[in-house]
Parts: sequence; C-alpha cells; structure tokens
Amino acid sequence: MTINETQDELISDFELFDDWESKYEFIIDLGKQFPPLEEQYKTEDNIIKGCQSRVWLNAYMDGGLLKFEADSDAIIVRGLVSMLVKVLSGHTPEEIAKSEVYFMEKVGLHQHLAQTRSNGLAAMLKQMKAYGFAYQAKSVNA
Amino acid sequence: MSQNLNIASIRNDFPILNEVVNGKQLVYFDNAATTQKPRLVLDALAGYYEHYNANIHRGIHHLAEKATSAFEQSRKRLQAFLNAAHSEEIIFTYGTTDGINLVASSYGRKFLKEGDEVIISTMEHHSNIVPWQMLCEEKGCILKVIPINDEGELLMDEYEKLLSEKTKFVSVVHVSNALGTINPIKEIIAKAHAVGAKVLIDGAQASSHIEIDVQDLDCDFYSLSLHKIYGPTGMGILYGKRDLLNAMPPYRGGGEMIKEVTFAKTTYNELPYKFEAGTPNIADVVAAKFALDYVDALGKPNIAAYENELLAYATEAVKEIEGLRIIGQAKEKVSVLSFVIDGIHHQDIGVLLDQQGIAVRTGHHCTQPLMNRFNITGTSRASFAVYNTTEEIDKLVQGLHKVKRMLG
Repeated sequence: MTINETQDELISDFELFDDWESKYEFIIDLGKQFPPLEEQYKTEDNIIKGCQSRVWLNAYMDGGLLKFEADSDAIIVRGLVSMLVKVLSGHTPEEIAKSEVYFMEKVGLHQHLAQTRSNGLAAMLKQMKAYGFAYQAKSVNA
Repeated sequence: MSQNLNIASIRNDFPILNEVVNGKQLVYFDNAATTQKPRLVLDALAGYYEHYNANIHRGIHHLAEKATSAFEQSRKRLQAFLNAAHSEEIIFTYGTTDGINLVASSYGRKFLKEGDEVIISTMEHHSNIVPWQMLCEEKGCILKVIPINDEGELLMDEYEKLLSEKTKFVSVVHVSNALGTINPIKEIIAKAHAVGAKVLIDGAQASSHIEIDVQDLDCDFYSLSLHKIYGPTGMGILYGKRDLLNAMPPYRGGGEMIKEVTFAKTTYNELPYKFEAGTPNIADVVAAKFALDYVDALGKPNIAAYENELLAYATEAVKEIEGLRIIGQAKEKVSVLSFVIDGIHHQDIGVLLDQQGIAVRTGHHCTQPLMNRFNITGTSRASFAVYNTTEEIDKLVQGLHKVKRMLG
C-alpha cells in the first residue's frame, strides 16, 4: 500500500465513529496494541523532546526501505504514534521525504500536531521526514 | 457556599465562560496559568485604543497627556495594591519572570561576587531558578536550595542551616504554582535580613489570592504578573525598595530611561523610568488598574474564602477516584489541586478532559526539580478562581471517572 492509501484507509476507519469517545477508545486501543520499543532503543538520541510525554523514534534501513519503530509513555500519544508509523514505515526514503501527512487533519486530530509544547508528535513527524531526506541523500551519494 | 459573593453575577462578568469547547460549555480550571478577564478590563483595553492611544511622557498633545495620566494612575493603583511606600518603587515589567531577571541581572551583577551564596527553594518555578543559575555561573556564586517535606512545605530548620554571612540573596516563591503551598515568607525575609541578605519574593501565584503588604513583609523585591489577577497578559510589576533601586544600574538601555545622551556619556533618568526603557505596554498597564478595581470590589478576603471552599470541596470530591493521589498537601495552600492517578499518564488525563470541555494543566508546570523531588514526571492540575463553581468540580470528577473507564 502507498503512503496515501494507508492514510485513506485510516480516514475511512475513523468515519465509523460518531462521537469523541469511540474515536479516542480506538486510539487508546491502537496504543495498547502497538508493540513497545525495545529498551536498548530508548536512548537519549532517539528521544523526541516534548514538554509532557516522551516519544522515542528509532529508524533503520531494511532492503532499501526506511522503517520506523516508536514508543511513548502516554497511551494516547502512543496510539497516534502507531498511526504515523503505520503510514510512513516501510517506504523508500524518497517517498517518506516527499510525503504529505493529511489524515490527522481529516479525522479531526489536528490539534495533536499543533505547534504547542504539549507533545512531541509534530516534532516526531518532522524527524521521520528528516530521516527520509537523510537516507535519500546517503543513497544518492553512495 | 460563600455568602459575600454572588457567583452567578460574577460569571456574567466573564464573557469567555460562555465558550463551548468540544460541544460542551467550557469548564476553565487553568487559572494558575492565567485567569480570565472581566468585561471591565476588556472594555478598558478597547477604550484605550479607541479614545486615547498615544505614546506617553514626551508628547504635549491631548491624547499623550491623557494616556500618560492613565498610565501613571495605574502605577499609583499598584502602589496601593501592594501598600508600597512610594509610587516610584513600582517598576512596570513584562511579567514576573522579567522582574526576577531584572533583579538578578542588575542587583546581582553589581552587588554579588565570587563565593557569595544565593538561596532558592525546591518548589521554585524555572523562572526563579534559571536567572540565578545564570548569575551564579557568571559571578562564581553558589546556589543553595531549601528542601521540602512530603506535604510540599519548606523545611524551615534546613533553611536556617543554609543561612550564613555568605548568604547575599534569598529568592523564594510566595505560593507554589505546582502545589499551591503558601510559604511563610515574612519569617523567611526576617531570617535572611538577620544575616544581611536581600530577599526577592516571586509573587506570581500569590497576588490573586493573598493580601500583599510589602512594607509589613519588609521584602526587598516583589515580582508579579497582572494576567494572573484577572488583568491583561504581557505586563507585570517589580516592587523594589527605593534605596536599592536607586543603587542599581539600569537593566536595559533605550528611550525613556535616559536623562541626557551624548556620544561621550549618557546620564540616566530617575526612578522608576530608569528601568523602563522603550515604549512600555501602555494599553495593558492602563487596563490593569481596572482588574485591580474589580478584585477590590469583590474583596480579596471574600475571593480567598470562596476559593478555599472550592478547594475543600474538590479535595473531598476527588477522594472517590481510585488511585488518585494529591501532590501538595500543605496546611497552608491556595486553590490549586495537583494530582496524579496510578498507571495513567497526566497527558492522557489532559487530552480526555479537554474532550469533555474541561481545561486543566498537565505536565511539570515548569518545576522539573520539584517533580523530581516527588519522583514524578508531571501532574494534572486544577486551579480554581472566583468564577468557578462546585457544579464544575462535579463535572471534573465525572470527567475523571470517564478517563479511568476509558483507559482502564
């Protein structure tokens, strides 16, 4: 599936919910099911600085594809993080670098990407794309 | 509830309380961060810009005179609010943080030297830590910290042990923003003075709840923000004893703070203008007077009594939430309820309460060393103001039950 196909699938998932409770219960469930990041990757280097919850992001190349693993100590952020990983992980660095993440806005979760210090989600998304650019440059130079 | 205040009528004075958030009527419990503004203050702001906006002090036209007069009336009003001896002891700042930086930078740089000691406390806001760390780093001074007990009260015995002839400055918070603790500042000030140290009080959280008499307290400096007393954002005041302020060098250079400028030498203006370089925040200063008028019309003791009723009600009401632990249980505290719930991250609490239209603050409240003291990364904090009600507290409790159900 392309990045946008995954986003569109998430958007249609959210269309099933007609109130905030079921929407957030879904995100909380995603957070609970999301596999925790191994302790060895919860390093200072991998931490995305946010004011309230901690978010860790680990990136690696696997067969030409850029993959992400992540975690957070807050469950709702964990659920949101899992969606970003689902959308972006396993694509080429180039695809990730030029991707446009629109599903959060479409499903009414845009406040979580707002530029406040309340969470590291916006910073995480920026970092994921930065990895895309970095690995893209690496493959060009190689 | 309170016999002296008509809360329904007070609520009508605050238009923002009618806002609908996520489909629910707003419950605003983030008052320790900033209070909402009464219509009186909003009208004063608009009135200034509509009728007498002008730059102050230098103009000779009608608007400039009117604006200058209103600006200086605000200074007199703040002098009365703190019972300062002289109006020139009131310096307008951008807020509490700005006032602390002014003192650390101007007084600290001139009068402190290597090996001198500065005392702060464990419960300080970062604003009352970092300026002193910067000063200590620059001058080679030593920063000492008063510890606290598990209830969130200063250990006064330990404070006395820290004091010595090396102590040159003590800077402590009047009321803790994260815990609500009211510190015994009069005693702290007297003990510091006994060893010859000067004292600054961070009054950001105290000024809306507690009567402040700087002459009775005998503090050397008192810094506060008006936006926490139902006034506008972006302005505060620093009170300083006149002799001290006179002895201090200017903090910023520019217009208004000068007497005469030549390229060879500049002589500085007198107090308070020496510390007010550049065009000040005229509109907000003018409107601040109306916020204080509003508070005084209600009566600070009435406000405090009512807020204490709300705090007592909330403290009792949240007991039914399993796993909830209140952080900050000082005997003397203002209407701040800071808490953690076992197994639930504070940010999740904040997000799910927000969905229910309830605004609380979550996080470390810019007091990371204090959070470390309690071995937590943050709390959820509900802080109450005069327009809040027990019905709103009931909504908070129901909201927390829902949070627990959803995350359980």
